[in-house]
Amino acid sequence: MKKLESTLGNMVMVLTLVSLVAAALLAVMNEITSEPIRLQAEQKEQNGIKKVLVLGADQQVSVAPAEVKSVDGQEFTIYRVTDAEGNAIGAAVKTSVQGFSPNLTVMVGFDAEGTIKGYEILSQAETPGLGANVPTWFQAEGKGSVIGKNPKTNNLTVTKDGGEIQAITASTITSRAFLKAINLEYNALFGSGAHGNTGATQPVK
Amino acid sequence: MDKLTVAPSPHVHGHDSVKRNMYGVLIALAPALAASLWFFGLGALTVILTSVLSCVLFEFLIQKFLFKTKPTITDGSAAVTGLILAFNLPSNLPLWIVVIGALFAIGVCKMTFGGLGQNIVNPAIAGRVFLLVSFPAQMTTWPAPAGVDAYTGATPLGLLKEGLHTGKSVAEIADLPSSTDMLMGSIGGSLGEVSAIALLIGLVVMLAMRIITWHIPVSVLGTMAIFAAIAWGIDPATNADPLFHLLTGGAMLGAIFMATDYVTSPMTKSGMLIYGFGIGLLTMLIRCYGAYPEGMSFAILIMNIVTPLINKYTHPKRFGVK
Amino acid sequence: MNGIIKENPIFVLLLGMCPTLGTTTSAINGLGMGLATTFVLLCSNTVISLLKRFIPDMVRIPSFIVIIATFVTVLQMLLQAYVPTLYDSLGLFIPLIVVNCIVLGRAEAFAAKNSPINSLFDGLGMGLGFALALTLLGSVRELLGSGKIFGCELWSEEYGCLAFVLAPGAFLALGYLVAISKLLNKK
Repeated sequence: MKKLESTLGNMVMVLTLVSLVAAALLAVMNEITSEPIRLQAEQKEQNGIKKVLVLGADQQVSVAPAEVKSVDGQEFTIYRVTDAEGNAIGAAVKTSVQGFSPNLTVMVGFDAEGTIKGYEILSQAETPGLGANVPTWFQAEGKGSVIGKNPKTNNLTVTKDGGEIQAITASTITSRAFLKAINLEYNALFGSGAHGNTGATQPVK
Repeated sequence: MDKLTVAPSPHVHGHDSVKRNMYGVLIALAPALAASLWFFGLGALTVILTSVLSCVLFEFLIQKFLFKTKPTITDGSAAVTGLILAFNLPSNLPLWIVVIGALFAIGVCKMTFGGLGQNIVNPAIAGRVFLLVSFPAQMTTWPAPAGVDAYTGATPLGLLKEGLHTGKSVAEIADLPSSTDMLMGSIGGSLGEVSAIALLIGLVVMLAMRIITWHIPVSVLGTMAIFAAIAWGIDPATNADPLFHLLTGGAMLGAIFMATDYVTSPMTKSGMLIYGFGIGLLTMLIRCYGAYPEGMSFAILIMNIVTPLINKYTHPKRFGVK
Repeated sequence: MNGIIKENPIFVLLLGMCPTLGTTTSAINGLGMGLATTFVLLCSNTVISLLKRFIPDMVRIPSFIVIIATFVTVLQMLLQAYVPTLYDSLGLFIPLIVVNCIVLGRAEAFAAKNSPINSLFDGLGMGLGFALALTLLGSVRELLGSGKIFGCELWSEEYGCLAFVLAPGAFLALGYLVAISKLLNKK
């Protein structure tokens, strides 16, 4: 069979056919994969919430639909979690603050009393090797653990600012931003009352 | 060889050699060396010795076993690289990191390109930047100089950047050192950059011995001063004064000892002025608007790479050509 | 099957540098990207070879691009649905396979002139060569940068030179690997 000539009619026909077949194939694939992709995203969010509240993966809890709350222009997403009997376990709060780079997104799990159960960094663009250590530094085994502390009774600011949390080595700015996010989230969840400075005014020494 | 035409004697000998110039640089670095030992003590000594010895050793090993040529370590160029590298490091840096820096400087930046005279960028600076990117935490924890009980753990530029980041104005950043401290060197920083006066003595020595000309140091520092003066004039609350910029960080060390490396700087006088202007401008842009508090070494690296282009455009006219 | 060693797309042809430098932060990412590209190469080479008589010369490049883009999108959806961890770590580089020069280059230089079976094997060889190179580069960077290979710790992470995980290390490691491969090819 001879190769098709490059006439206008042939070219239009071939391009149209190729595009149609491609579109049809993609439509079918989209049909097949859209459900698993949606489930994955949901699962990821659920796992995140369970992780910051330190719940077992198979523990039966119900997560209330996300509440979006805005305080002084700062947006918070709150997921309240209750156990099978309907008792409040706590809540996971998500917000973004300006770290050394913009958009340090922190999700923190508070129990009903406001004690920090766990946290997770959902997105960040901090300096590698310095501020980028934030996902591990403040965990229970890290040097600046915030786990088990309560923003109401503990002063969650860096030691340099008179607080009780050790900042990440050579990354005070990231550490301040992270702790500010926690205090703001506590205030968003409980109205107010965080002991630590929320960064609205920096103490001038 | 028979195509080489040798003019009849007498010949004039310029007394210039790699050896003479490299040992001249070492002499010029002596005051800064003394200052670093005075302020940082034993830590400075071990970092310097490790850096110099490992640079010389790596040069020797690579020439002997990879190039299979007669090692030329006695020309002093590896020792100068080692010393300048050490001057760019904090005195409490773990020694294994110093060795990695020396390996990178000599092995990757110098020998990969063919050894002395062939390298594109200044090995000592490339070594420092590699370490800064690789070990940012260790490379930015500075010890306080001996005999000073002030601030630990931050350079004046670091303090400035952090203060401005949290919304303070320059006047409110309380811990900034005085100009005298910065001139003498009792401030936090890497080994060789703290004492501006010792580095200036080195400049005078090198000018007197005609190892370098004034063009590069003056154009680098001049550009920085003018840039800082303009920024300061527009808004003194968020910009430090020109003197602060000249006396802090690697400004003096970079302008005098690192930017003037023969191999990686332009050959003509006008080229040197363009090169110095570029370094000064880039340094100030990084200091004022970049993520890092200090930009001297990055600026020199960038301008090192631009050097062949500058050489091409500042090619001197042959005598008699219009 | 020349692609694996003799005409290795990375070390010899120096094609597809963008994903090579961008995705090889670890051995597993390099391998994942290599296999993803192999999948696209296999499909696109075969289909383009089958269709080569029906595609007029003047519109061959747009047709090839549409075909390649279709397979890449299919791959992207499949990864997102069933291998989300790999999808997250490769991120933007999956859609960028569309503009990988190796894929279009093989379509143009080989598949458009050869039989489907030969094109299939050419795609396989090139793809595996690409995957091999990316895995090697990823291993070197992961080892020097964080002391691990495929996530197995060989020495403590604090002795890793972070620069190798970042962009400059990609260029350095690639340069040395190309130099070594030239040296080996010469012998």
